[in-house]
Amino acid sequence: MDGVGFLYLFVLAGVAGYVMIARVPSVLHLSLLSGANFIHGVVLCGAMLALSRADQDIERLVGFLAVALAAANVVGGYLVTDRLLKLFERRVSTQRARRDQLGAGEPVRRDDA
Amino acid sequence: MNHSLPLAVELAWFFAALLLLFGLRNLSIPSRARNGLYLAAAGMVIAVLAGLAHPELGANLVMMIVALLIGGSLAWWHARRPATSSVAASIAIYSGLGGGAAAAIATVTLLQIGERPEVLPLVAVLGGFAGSVSLAGSLVAALRLHGRLERRSGTVQRQVAYLASGVSVLLLGVLLSASTTAHPILLLLFLCLSLTFGVLMTLPVAVVDLPVAISIFNALSGLAVALDGFVLGNTVMTVAGTVVFAAGLLLTRLMARSANRRLGEIMYSGFGVAFEDRTMDRPPDDVSLIDADDAAVALAYARRIVVVPGFGMATSQAQHKLRELTQLLEERGVETAFAIHPVAGRMPGHMDVLLAEAGVPYDRIYDLADINEEFDKVDRVLVVGASDIVNPAARTDPDSPLYELPILDVDKSDGVIALHRGTGTGYSGAENPLFSAPGTRVLQGDARQSVQDLITALKELD
Repeated sequence: MDGVGFLYLFVLAGVAGYVMIARVPSVLHLSLLSGANFIHGVVLCGAMLALSRADQDIERLVGFLAVALAAANVVGGYLVTDRLLKLFERRVSTQRARRDQLGAGEPVRRDDA
Repeated sequence: MNHSLPLAVELAWFFAALLLLFGLRNLSIPSRARNGLYLAAAGMVIAVLAGLAHPELGANLVMMIVALLIGGSLAWWHARRPATSSVAASIAIYSGLGGGAAAAIATVTLLQIGERPEVLPLVAVLGGFAGSVSLAGSLVAALRLHGRLERRSGTVQRQVAYLASGVSVLLLGVLLSASTTAHPILLLLFLCLSLTFGVLMTLPVAVVDLPVAISIFNALSGLAVALDGFVLGNTVMTVAGTVVFAAGLLLTRLMARSANRRLGEIMYSGFGVAFEDRTMDRPPDDVSLIDADDAAVALAYARRIVVVPGFGMATSQAQHKLRELTQLLEERGVETAFAIHPVAGRMPGHMDVLLAEAGVPYDRIYDLADINEEFDKVDRVLVVGASDIVNPAARTDPDSPLYELPILDVDKSDGVIALHRGTGTGYSGAENPLFSAPGTRVLQGDARQSVQDLITALKELD
């Protein structure tokens, strides 16, 4: 990938990213932020390469740090996003059950525990 | 560069980039958010596995495995703890670590700059800067959300330091970008100054605005990853990083907008002003105070109460005590419910997350639309660290900055008990006539302490 190729990729992917999430409702802001955080965890790929290329102690140390930090980014990013989505889903199903109850007149049980 | 990269790796990366891209898109759609996370996770696995097939991979393998285990298991342990702290702080930590990883990659590349003529030093320098600022800024934001670090006003000295670190980072960056040999000392200085810059940038941001700042740093981490992707010839990093950067910028604007703030205000409002501590202010004369014992009696003998949490609950982390209080009240036969305003806490979904983490049952939590008609049948409303979202001036006063904001009509209930730290104004600075209304009693103090006092008083009733 040369400089100009990078520039194309940067601009096009940038526009895609901007347009793709434009309609996000505010209840999903936090989980989307967390999901985006998980996605940049792909830096792990580069961290492993950087550590492989390291041939002096100082480079190895920094490379080691890169891999450890990136691994934490991936694992933590996934778990937090998962937790936020679970909260969101339970909330949605409780609301739905409540609205059904109001609408139908007779209680509708939903398992959302 | 990387002419030897096998086609299979490139294709796998291409596929992984698509998965990450569509994963992010689906994460923004309520019915597909879960699917989006899984798509992104699949993309992540493919990207890393393909990276393992990279011909240059192989050296320092033991170190790599140890690093993976340490980083991964620490994050596993940290993220799965029963959360007592803010989720936003967790996001900040992991996002900052990602930025740190990107900065470390840039550092390794710049240390090897003499051996790799194909690398543009400028790109690595930019990546190192963005990553370091994100690391420092995110960690400061997380510490502040945990209450371990106070907001620092933008005194003249700090502003000068902020500016000076910015200018020297710029100069050092230009120097490093123009050089074709490694300068470890200059590089170290550059990184330290970038970190300082990130710290000084985050210290004056108001606590309520920290989530927005975290979103900015998340976008910066994405940018750093994208730049590193170019430096390393890793396309999936470039695509994913750029997408996160762009989406992060938009998300930052959306978050600021839903909190009714402009971005410039958030990042720079703290400069040049000394913050006064509003907690110690004397309440206006027309506010009727109440002490914890009387408030506990009023709650204990109500038939039906509604709790309205606001940002004050989040800042003092009162949600666990609050759940305990409502449980005690339920045991006495009081019907309790929580009412959540869409922008309570100034971050959508904030209150939901906190209450859910504290173990408040979901069937006790109501949205504005579901409960607003019911307030006239409520005996007592307990307002916990909220002001603007219950400010009746939003209904009546065209001059109020809140005019026409839909509010929770707590003033229609039989009585309001407001736990409040300062005076009658909320975040918007609008005076809140609710606090001086005849049916309102204010219990002054930090929300968690006040709820604790209520619990103690309630237990002594029997």
